[in-house]
Amino acid sequence: MDWSKFFSMGGYGFYVWGSYLVALVVLGGEVLLVLKRKRSLRHAQVRSKED
Amino acid sequence: MNWYKYASPAAFYPLAGKMVPWFAIPAAILFALGLYIGFFVAPTDFQQGDAYRIMFIHVPAAWMGMFLYVLMAFYAGIGWAFNARLSSMMASSLAITGALFTLLSLVTGSLWGKPTWGTWWVWDARMTSTLILLFLYVGFISLQAAIDDPRRADRAGAVLAIVGVINVPIIYFSVQWWNTLHQGATIRILNKPTVAPPMLAAMLILLAACWLYSVAVVLIRLRCIILEREQNAVWLAEGAA
Amino acid sequence: MVMKRRHKRIAFIVAGLAGLGIAAALVLSAFQKNLVFFFSPSQVVAREAPVNQTFRVGGLVEKGTLKRDNDGLTARFVVTDTAQSIPVVYKGILPDLFKEGRGCVAQGHIGTDGVFYADQVLAKHDENYMPPQAGQAIDNAKHEREAAKTVVNQ
Repeated sequence: MDWSKFFSMGGYGFYVWGSYLVALVVLGGEVLLVLKRKRSLRHAQVRSKED
Repeated sequence: MNWYKYASPAAFYPLAGKMVPWFAIPAAILFALGLYIGFFVAPTDFQQGDAYRIMFIHVPAAWMGMFLYVLMAFYAGIGWAFNARLSSMMASSLAITGALFTLLSLVTGSLWGKPTWGTWWVWDARMTSTLILLFLYVGFISLQAAIDDPRRADRAGAVLAIVGVINVPIIYFSVQWWNTLHQGATIRILNKPTVAPPMLAAMLILLAACWLYSVAVVLIRLRCIILEREQNAVWLAEGAA
Repeated sequence: MVMKRRHKRIAFIVAGLAGLGIAAALVLSAFQKNLVFFFSPSQVVAREAPVNQTFRVGGLVEKGTLKRDNDGLTARFVVTDTAQSIPVVYKGILPDLFKEGRGCVAQGHIGTDGVFYADQVLAKHDENYMPPQAGQAIDNAKHEREAAKTVVNQ
């Protein structure tokens, strides 16, 4: 397998990999943010139970 | 099994938590499989070379953007008509994922349009109506954020969401009704698809992956919304369990 | 004057919704203006396209008509919808998918000499995706009919 050929995508590398990078940022970012929201709620819940 | 029990947000909270991995894990597997087929099995296109591989993420993202909007409007409508809080919360949870998929379809479309058509953007009917879809999502989210009383926010959002549903068939049929730069639908229900089988497989597998992903992330967010809005009820239910 | 936090928030929200409303209105006007994204050569010949104004013409690049001037930048070709055709002159880089026998959309104005002077040329592709061998194997005439459908029958 010729990897440099694979990454160049026939000259369209910027557009093809750019698209998948944006997809990774958008979907991965959504997962991280929603998990962060969940964690902070959990903490709030634990704190108020201790009160 | 008494399903009505789960119409209560506090009762649905633990069930939603149990459901998440059943969607998240298959989603991860299908993302990997779809990308593998898309990049290592599917051949280069005869017209577009490798640029067409953007389609594997662009088309599922565009579909999810439209599909989640209809689903959001449906849940918002049910929540409004039957005064079902959980249904309204589901609509709020769907809005963010739908907006992100719509944004993703616009960005990947732009990255696909530049090398093939020769432009990042044109105001043709398909692209303009998709941009309106994004505005509808943003309008729904900001309207709900602007109203303090959650039930009033649900009702206002429901009106906006239901009125905006008209835009979804406009997006879908825009390429048939008007002349556009955008090509016709890749998959047509009545016609034979005009895509080589491995290309079609990669796209459909990634569509399934995006669908499973959406269910998982929407359920996690729904749990957050339930906690934020009905904290005390959830804790009581958890204490009793 | 110090605004109360609540008032500040409401002002922020009103401004946000107003901005969104204006953006939506602008987009809708763009939508309405571009429902006819391009005119076919037949429409142009029948004088349905706006005169003395920029518009787009769309159709197939007629086979055997693409010629380049010696400067290497100016391209001359004929856009056809199989019934009527219009000569186009364009100075600039053509998109990768621009080919004879395929669809294109050119933006510009029509001169008194009947030539369309384009300042932007876009390629229009169809929704057929297949490997090169299969693409070549498809009967050429059939393929052109397919390509014609995406630009003509709309």
